[in-house]
Amino acid sequence: MKSFIEYIVSIFKGVWTLLVGMKVTAKYFFTPWNHVTQQYPENRDKLVMFERFRGEVIMPHTDNNEHLCTGCGICEINCPNGSIEIISKSIVTPEGKKKRIIDQHIYHLGMCTLCNLCVKACPTGAIVMGQKFEHAVWDRSLLTKVLNQPGSKIAEGVKE
Amino acid sequence: MDFYNFTSLTHSIHEGLAKSFSPFIATTIEWVLVGLAYLTFVALFGLFLVYAERKVCAAFQQRLGPMRVGKWGLLQTIADFIKLLMKELIMPRKADWFLYNLAPFIVIIASFLAIAVLPFAPGLQSLDFDIGVFYLTAVSSVGVIGVLLAGWSSNNKYSLIGAMRSGAQILSYELSVSLSLMTMVVFAGTMQFSAIVEGQRDAWFIFSGHIPAIIAFVVFLIAGTAETNRGPFDLAEAESELVAGFHTEYSGIKFALFFLSEYINLFIVSAVAATVFLGGWMPLHFGNFESFNHVMDFIPPVIWFFMKVLGVMFIIMWFKWTFPRLRVDQILTLEWKYLLPINLINILLMALVVLTKFHF
Amino acid sequence: MSEIREVIINNDRLATDEYLVNMGPQHPSTHGVLRLLVRLEGEKVLNIQPHSGYIHSGIEKMCEAITYPQIIHLTDRMDYLSAHMNNEAVALCVEKALQVEVPDRVKYIRTIMDELARLASHQLWWCVFGMDLGALTTFFYGLRDRELILDIFEETCGARMTVSYNTPGGLMFDIHPNFQKRVKDFIKYFRTKLPEYDKLLSGNVILRERTEGIGHLSLNDAIAFGVTGPSGRASGFSCDVRKNQPYSAYPFVKFNEILDFRCDTLARYEVRIKEMYESLNIIEQLIDNIPEGDYAVKMKGVLKLPEGEFYQRVESARGEFGVFIISDGKKNPYRVKFRSPGFSNLFALNKMTKGHKIADLVAIMSTLDLIIPDIDR
Repeated sequence: MKSFIEYIVSIFKGVWTLLVGMKVTAKYFFTPWNHVTQQYPENRDKLVMFERFRGEVIMPHTDNNEHLCTGCGICEINCPNGSIEIISKSIVTPEGKKKRIIDQHIYHLGMCTLCNLCVKACPTGAIVMGQKFEHAVWDRSLLTKVLNQPGSKIAEGVKE
Repeated sequence: MDFYNFTSLTHSIHEGLAKSFSPFIATTIEWVLVGLAYLTFVALFGLFLVYAERKVCAAFQQRLGPMRVGKWGLLQTIADFIKLLMKELIMPRKADWFLYNLAPFIVIIASFLAIAVLPFAPGLQSLDFDIGVFYLTAVSSVGVIGVLLAGWSSNNKYSLIGAMRSGAQILSYELSVSLSLMTMVVFAGTMQFSAIVEGQRDAWFIFSGHIPAIIAFVVFLIAGTAETNRGPFDLAEAESELVAGFHTEYSGIKFALFFLSEYINLFIVSAVAATVFLGGWMPLHFGNFESFNHVMDFIPPVIWFFMKVLGVMFIIMWFKWTFPRLRVDQILTLEWKYLLPINLINILLMALVVLTKFHF
Repeated sequence: MSEIREVIINNDRLATDEYLVNMGPQHPSTHGVLRLLVRLEGEKVLNIQPHSGYIHSGIEKMCEAITYPQIIHLTDRMDYLSAHMNNEAVALCVEKALQVEVPDRVKYIRTIMDELARLASHQLWWCVFGMDLGALTTFFYGLRDRELILDIFEETCGARMTVSYNTPGGLMFDIHPNFQKRVKDFIKYFRTKLPEYDKLLSGNVILRERTEGIGHLSLNDAIAFGVTGPSGRASGFSCDVRKNQPYSAYPFVKFNEILDFRCDTLARYEVRIKEMYESLNIIEQLIDNIPEGDYAVKMKGVLKLPEGEFYQRVESARGEFGVFIISDGKKNPYRVKFRSPGFSNLFALNKMTKGHKIADLVAIMSTLDLIIPDIDR
């Protein structure tokens, strides 16, 4: 008899736990305006990434097409997977001195793991992390970028 | 009430055909027409159900569900269906060719057979047997043969395990479905669906049959969910265990047939629950509230029927999107140790209720 | 026909055969590319042989070619759900070797981040566990709450999962000005959602039936297999590194080591749920008391560890995570070995699953909380 009562009680207890669970889902069903879905391409205008978000490495240029990169190559050394290549060239300054400046700052986005080590190591703050995250392209070669714009030069007063 | 009766319409079609053709041709044309009507209904309602399920599930999960194709994703299922039609039909190399291709059709035919006896509205019923309930329980268990064949012929171990699970599950739950329906047959005193609906003119069986009817309804819902291989009982296709169970190896339109039959079965279970327990197409009537009853009569019976069906369907979907899946031995325990004894006692209780006339 | 009759007569029952099933590398519940060679008799599991190595990426070998600060970004990619702890282990190991004492501020922030990562990991585990058991809705509720933690990470660390926030000697950045407010908001929010987890899944009779008494792993076996973390603690194995060998700010906070002696799947489930409450407690104790100071110690440009062997262990979300570095005095390590919890936990699976059903195998595997890159490295 005792086991029979236990059997009956177990049925009601079991059903009760099921109903408790159903109440939780019902609560969300009947408040559909609380949905958490973000409709991505439609909300592109409102979508603002956090300021520290690491999307890609970029080199900011001023309006006069000047950047801060001296071509020292520290970022290249600090990169763990060889996504940065610095190609420098030597020029002769107006004072007649020979000087090495940056020719091309090549950045392989396809290899980059966005670890932030290059940005952290850069002595002049020439490269920063950009917020762009839509990097899909049809051709892999498009992921290799030259960060310094053509014709750009180093800004005045940057310590060598 | 008579305004919404379809009997005159079907009769006039029949007489029109009988006038212009010989009886044999007239009957054949009628069969074809009925068949086409069912096909159209099932295809459209199946598409709607898939969409509804996705939206309901999304709402339970705080999502939006399909939103891209058409307004609110209304055309999503049509797009999916077109995609399934265009997909390549793949067959495993060592599969049993004949049985592998036969299985989806057995499953879908079983579903179609069961639909035939359901009364959608007065006069909208193609088979009105005097053994309607019996026929329904008989044909609804044919589907499991298709599932077993699919699992066996696919030459895949996951499929085979899924099929064996499905066999064990459906064979046991068949008992509960039949017994809970039997309980209501005892109460109604007939096995004919139209007569069962007619018997609920004053009050639905779930109200007039009170306690035993409610117990039978709950048992039927649980067992019916198990019959359709859905919800917490989706052992046969348990995604996290058996990849996709018995239809792992099916693709394209053959998979679509399995998929469709699942939703037709869902419709059948809900429709039977609505017909036997909730009064079928009968409007909601309360004893003496004449004006209330009169207002209810204005809603067409078809609407009543589908409202009830969708309500039951929602409960079954609610089960699915809330509960974890049972294990195969627990599913049998639930049937043989809980549902069956409850059912047997319940049928006795119902007999007592009927004998003592202790009902409304 | 006569053959079958003979078999039936001889064996006194219907002849059955064992068979092998390859679960994985592509299987919905192996959460990646783990392959289990399962020997089955009907539904009963007789033996399991895990085969790992499908996404072995040679991280330990790669570490030998790069400098110490660079190692950290690789550890993000091992156990990607407890990236903070992995980073911290390397950072602590290097600091230990160089005998650098980091400021209290760094310790506090590291600990808060650890616990947030643990919460995020347990949330993901919870939703995946529900999904493995067939309750698909849990998946979305878990992820919904995890997003908020990932937002906190993103705002402060700049990435959602591969954070690389710790560096030898401190942190990559200082915390974001919004950090404390966001964390407090999250704790307030999550304290209302955690009971919902219990209502939806923990109390559910189906879950109880599915997990109670399933997958027994005795204390001796847990120690023998080296099962650590919540899975080990559910067997009564007091293996919490935060208690036994406190690091960062753990000595400053009061918290309980969650132990359970039932040793079954339900115990492992409940230990993790209780750990979420405990993590919230730890964060609450720390979040208002972050001391002022520097967020990093000034380190040399090129880090060279003294010659010798260094080991540091931390408590990751899955168990004890250890970093063993052999240095020969150069800027690259001579050899690095990661002691990952997932690898040890995985091999206890055979012991736990024997004699249970396929469905139990999935549930047990899920409670071990396996992350495949953590196993393969």
